[in-house]
Amino acid sequence: MENLLEVKNLTTRFHTFDGIVHALNGVTFHVGKGEILAVVGESGSGKSVAMMSILGLLPSPPATIDAGSAKLFTKDTAVDLLTLSKAEMNRVRGRQIGFIFQDALSALNPVMTVGSQISETLVRHLDFSWGRARTRTIELMNQVGIPGAAQRLNQYPHQFSGGMRQRVMIALAAACRPRLLIADEPTTALDVTVQAQILELVLRLQREMDLSLIWITHDLGVVAGLADRVLVMYAGRPVETAPVDTLYDHPLHPYTRGLLRAVPSLDRDTKAPLESIEGLPPDLLSPPCHCQFAWRCPCVFDRCWQDNPPYLEVAPGHIVTCFYDLDNGRPH
Amino acid sequence: MQRYFISRVIQSLLVLAGVLMMVFFMMHLTGDPAGLMASRNASPEEIARLRDQMGLNRPMTIQFFEFAIDVLSGDFGNSTRYHQPAMDLILERLPATVELASISLFISMIIGIPLGLLGGSNPNSMVDYLARGAGLFGQTVPNFWLALILILVFGLHLGWFPTFGRETWRFMGLTLPTRSVFLPACSLSLFTLGQLARFTRSAVMEVRSEDYILTARSKGLSVRRIYIQHILRNASIPLISIVGVQFGYLLSGSIYIETIFSWPGLGNLLADAIGNRDFALVQGIAFFSSFVVVILNLLTDMAYATADPRVRYGE
Amino acid sequence: MGNNKMSEPQKAQGHQGATGLGVDQQKKQGVMPVLQYVWRLFWRDKPGLLGLIMVLILVFCAVGAPWITAYDPVKPNLRDAKKPPVWMENGIKGHLLGTDNLGRDLFTRIIYGSRVSLTVGFLGVLMACSAGMAIGMAAGYFGGRIDALIMGLVNMILALPYLVFVVFIAAILGRSLLNVILIFGLTDIPIFVRIARGEVLRMREAGFIESAQSVGASTFRILSTHVLPNLIGPLITLATFEMSAMIFYEAGLGFLGLSVPPNVPSWGNMLAVGRQYLTIYPWFATFPGLAIVFAGIGMNLLGDWLRDALDPRLRRMKR
Repeated sequence: MENLLEVKNLTTRFHTFDGIVHALNGVTFHVGKGEILAVVGESGSGKSVAMMSILGLLPSPPATIDAGSAKLFTKDTAVDLLTLSKAEMNRVRGRQIGFIFQDALSALNPVMTVGSQISETLVRHLDFSWGRARTRTIELMNQVGIPGAAQRLNQYPHQFSGGMRQRVMIALAAACRPRLLIADEPTTALDVTVQAQILELVLRLQREMDLSLIWITHDLGVVAGLADRVLVMYAGRPVETAPVDTLYDHPLHPYTRGLLRAVPSLDRDTKAPLESIEGLPPDLLSPPCHCQFAWRCPCVFDRCWQDNPPYLEVAPGHIVTCFYDLDNGRPH
Repeated sequence: MQRYFISRVIQSLLVLAGVLMMVFFMMHLTGDPAGLMASRNASPEEIARLRDQMGLNRPMTIQFFEFAIDVLSGDFGNSTRYHQPAMDLILERLPATVELASISLFISMIIGIPLGLLGGSNPNSMVDYLARGAGLFGQTVPNFWLALILILVFGLHLGWFPTFGRETWRFMGLTLPTRSVFLPACSLSLFTLGQLARFTRSAVMEVRSEDYILTARSKGLSVRRIYIQHILRNASIPLISIVGVQFGYLLSGSIYIETIFSWPGLGNLLADAIGNRDFALVQGIAFFSSFVVVILNLLTDMAYATADPRVRYGE
Repeated sequence: MGNNKMSEPQKAQGHQGATGLGVDQQKKQGVMPVLQYVWRLFWRDKPGLLGLIMVLILVFCAVGAPWITAYDPVKPNLRDAKKPPVWMENGIKGHLLGTDNLGRDLFTRIIYGSRVSLTVGFLGVLMACSAGMAIGMAAGYFGGRIDALIMGLVNMILALPYLVFVVFIAAILGRSLLNVILIFGLTDIPIFVRIARGEVLRMREAGFIESAQSVGASTFRILSTHVLPNLIGPLITLATFEMSAMIFYEAGLGFLGLSVPPNVPSWGNMLAVGRQYLTIYPWFATFPGLAIVFAGIGMNLLGDWLRDALDPRLRRMKR
């Protein structure tokens, strides 16, 4: 598969009053054309920060991107998003890459009508007239399943239900037919029934528009039926990347294994306690130069306290950052 | 929204009823309104006669209701000094105060709001320090002292502006301000200017950190459009309240400035009335300014509700 | 695995590191490190440091006035009346800022004037803050009708033209220090009520009042050990700003001749005299005004600093 986006060694830091927060420590991953990549990790693991870094959306100060590259491949050229000027970046955002935020209520401007918030993207990137943008906006709203779009166009975000608001958000992100859609936990704030509808909607759009999709979540249960590939993040670093089936059948990182065990399933023994990973993620204010997971790792050994594990491709497309070989029960 | 308006109107009426009570009972704070109102060297007999004349020997409740009925029919009693209805004196002085307050508000707005906008948009820049400085000085430099300094510099030393009284210019039936309003308006506007700069700055900074600004940026909108359509539009809504409150402050708070510049407005009248122990007039002015401020607050809230779709289409 | 021994202490450190507090706070404990931390906060925020120094100077002037200047602030000395400051023509040695219409040293009167300003500011705020805190806590904690009644009154008073009423009351009560303190102490209560109530409501929303109630803590205990400590931060910040405002308004009343009696050295009284002689002896009015500005700026800078330092949410965002 051809790659659409290649991120290498992305390193982002926040300079706060208490010190430097090492939010991303060399993040490397890629997304293929038309592929769905799920990014999984607990809060603070750097999932969102990585995506925001790529699009230059982090506020600076306090954020700085200290190293790395993020190549976006268009027809026959590749551009490094991290080196683009502000104006060039503005041509990528919304046009090439659409962003769906978690909480549509706060992510939509409360004093602008929903219609004009969608239309302004069309006017900006596709040089539509406002009249034409309006027609297209109604189409888009219909496409994402908002009934009575022609009237609801003139309403404000707070007049929509949570699910409908998220649909507006999706219409907005997909308005210009971007090549990549980044969805940052788009279903977290919603009811379970609505969650499924939103999930389906995004998948449908992905197929219809032939987009690549990055779906950020902390819910491994959702990932199985959704993604082609999974990227597991921990403390600002990917710990394991693999095609979705491989990851579920054959996880190679102790953290991934712990996560999978912690997913409650309906057929489990109800008397057994829920599984969890002991301990808390580390404080990124003063990260040590050894494996970040060492404190919580059941398989920790002396090497883990000395070095940061490198990216290790154990099988084609299956990358793990760990010194311990879970398959053979001994260090690599 | 209609329900909101109605409840606001009722609320304002309650406040006015409260003001009426306060204004009335304040006169009884010392226990002897007649002693308060009599001239300083009045004999006990004279005070007793005055007390009788004012009906102060009757039960308090009857006195209050009489007072309330009088005030509601627009009668604040007679000024003991000018021997004229207090209301007439107040209405006579009102245009001067409105002129001064409006021009002060205008000066504050055209300087304070842009300053706050620029400062809030460029934190820790030169403009930002200027905006924060304006906020700080507005709060700490007394306008009565600034007025004296302005008189010294622009009035006496440079001689550019008159420092005394109000001159108007009649043009096509309109009474227009002249440069005599400049120094009083500048002194009076300092506080409001600072407040506007301060609030605009923090409103802009707050809006800038909202999630929907991030959305706007993720859509690839131009910086210009993000500012005009998203930041300014959202930041200007809370400004409506601030401007409304400040206009009320300017209308009722010009007592020092009007005294210093002999500006023939309400503040000056109030200072005179206090100097003359003309408490019927003081009562009248206190109630009248409260009335104006309460009405202004009501209008401000209505304007706010109309401008903010969350309130307009709210429950 | 034999390596476990080695990992234990590091494990503990890792857990601690995740609690989200600043690094320095965890490593050291006791009074000195706290003072060091406060000093670091001041050092990072230079305006706050400046404000602290200004306020300390002010307090020093008020307390140590007789040691700072040898002159009597009240006794007239007509022989040296109306002298300009030392650096101007005709200025005489020994009278740094010149003398007033009765020959009293202006510098001395400004130094002594800080006593009136600080007394009014401190006692007025103390009164308003303690009353406002109690009423606000009651309103926020008990809610219901009590809350509605209190907030109705508070909103009514805050909607009134403040200056007009302060001048009105001052004119009725007459000139004395006690009256001035009472006026500001009473009229300033609503602002403290509003803030205290807001904080209590926020705590209620956060749920820890309910959790204390659920384990059977008494009302008094909840208010004194759970609510009160959390109110101190915001109220101290507000108190600083309000003190500066009171000094401002006291001077204003003095300027209109409605504050302390005329012979008492206060900045407002000095400005009132200064206004009469403005055209001939401009320094009469200039210096007391600068003193008011000095006090106001000091307290506002300190207040801004307190607000940032006592609000952990803001602090963590600050660079």
